[in-house]
Amino acid sequence: MTASPERQVFITGFGGQGIVMAGDILGKAATLYDRRHATMMQTYGPEARGGSCSSQVIISDREILFPCIGEPEVLICMSQEGYTKYVKTLRRRGTLIWDTDLVKSRKSAAGLTTFNIPATRFAEELGSTMMANIVMLGFLAAVQNVVSAGALRDAVADSVPPATKENNIRAFDRGREYGEAILKGRAKQGLAGESA
Amino acid sequence: MSDKSVLTGTWFMNGDHACCEGALAAGCRFFAGYPITPATEVAERMSRRLPELGGIYIQMEDELASMAAILGASWGGVKAMTSTSGPGFSLMMENIGLGICTETPCVVCNVQRAGPSTGLPTLVAQGDMMQARWGSHGHYEIIALSPSSPQEMFDFTIRAFNLSEQYRLPVIILADEVVGHMNERVVIPPAGEIEVVKRRKPTAPPGEYRPYQPDADGVAPMAGCGEGYRIHVTGLTHDERGYPGMNAATQEQMMERLIRKIRANRDSIIRTENVFLDDAEVVVVAYGISARSARHAVQEARAKGIRAGLIKLETVWPFPEELIRSVASRVRALVMPEINAGQMVLEMERCAGGACPVRMVAHHGGALIPPAKVLDAVRKALKGRP
Repeated sequence: MTASPERQVFITGFGGQGIVMAGDILGKAATLYDRRHATMMQTYGPEARGGSCSSQVIISDREILFPCIGEPEVLICMSQEGYTKYVKTLRRRGTLIWDTDLVKSRKSAAGLTTFNIPATRFAEELGSTMMANIVMLGFLAAVQNVVSAGALRDAVADSVPPATKENNIRAFDRGREYGEAILKGRAKQGLAGESA
Repeated sequence: MSDKSVLTGTWFMNGDHACCEGALAAGCRFFAGYPITPATEVAERMSRRLPELGGIYIQMEDELASMAAILGASWGGVKAMTSTSGPGFSLMMENIGLGICTETPCVVCNVQRAGPSTGLPTLVAQGDMMQARWGSHGHYEIIALSPSSPQEMFDFTIRAFNLSEQYRLPVIILADEVVGHMNERVVIPPAGEIEVVKRRKPTAPPGEYRPYQPDADGVAPMAGCGEGYRIHVTGLTHDERGYPGMNAATQEQMMERLIRKIRANRDSIIRTENVFLDDAEVVVVAYGISARSARHAVQEARAKGIRAGLIKLETVWPFPEELIRSVASRVRALVMPEINAGQMVLEMERCAGGACPVRMVAHHGGALIPPAKVLDAVRKALKGRP
């Protein structure tokens, strides 16, 4: 995977999962650590928790003028509703990532590179489901190089409450190791990606 | 100024937070407001930051009281602001007029969302442009700035405070949901590099000071409460002493001062960014978040060999009449994208005065105007198609 001039990541889930925070950390990694340009937009409904929510991040070497993503290149789904609503917006040959336990019903879409991780379950095992977003970022760092993995890890450490830093870094590493293991397995089988 | 008031450094920050930091860097130490999406993050950050700096944050019972409180704080001698969105902005209108009549420096940030009424609380619009100009009763001049990025939220908030202190009036920041909620790089310079205008205090002895007697620039020095000067602050028509005068002569004298101090200084108040104007056949004029779509479209047009130009309005009020008039006389068409059904475009048409067609790209709100729509309008304008 080589870095293209502009990367577009769309993260969707429900309020309270840290969807916007995940987008913020991704943008922060790109801007403050990789020293590139990034915009992060958030979308949510009138309700604060439980309602559908998403964040969209654009990362580029050039100034980003229009901050909306029409057809995301990477779509991360942390809810069934988010999956159902946005999977059709994913561009051809895009990358689809979902939380194994939160997206159960999937329509097959040909030509996509797909990954899934039980991010919320892993976060729970590490002490709090609140870290599912961080597990997911670690996973993203392994399977897609939208930002450098070191930048993303530093941005996580810099963004979470100091008392939870160690735990969140463990969550990040857990996601990253899981992603690396999946890639290794696929490389062995000579597969670039799994077809959904 | 303490170190904590200016967060020097590079941040990945949203526009609402950048607005708060701009205000603090400009010396704001009083915020009164009522939370409302998508402006809540300004108030929220203020509620944490102001107490650290010895300032005061008050959550008021509503927006009428919020606006009244910042006027009072300003007369108390501190720089004060509030932030709101459409419904709250409507409630502030009467007291914005009081601020204009009493020549009270303060800043109102309106993070616009789609209306009318409750509308789309979490989604973007630019529908309050004319309300900012004419929303309070009576005739008056106003200053409004329109940022298009979190960085400009920081920069323009500082400028809003400076203009409000210099010209003694409420200055409006017309932001929008996307600018307010979007995160982007924000560079905050060292405190010493930030230009901050201090309130001009009277030099005349207390017995001779007239609170509304203007200096050469048309603006009167302002004494605060408890500074030894006799002041009378009223929304009634008043003379230079501040005393009510219920007659046409006093009204004329007051109105002339309120209007002249802005009109006579328009060249230093109005700022625009002009791109590719020299050889442009079509010029896109845009403000706020829509200026990003406009710039994108103009860059794409140039790449295709279309001679398009851009005027980005940093100051939306007063409107840059002379610039639009002169550009209209030498281009084939003007194009304006805005997230309403036609507000600033009316000013464009007035200034173009038939010298060239003015084409608008309208949107009712809830989403941004795609650059392709602006480019399409540029193309059609060149071909003279409806």
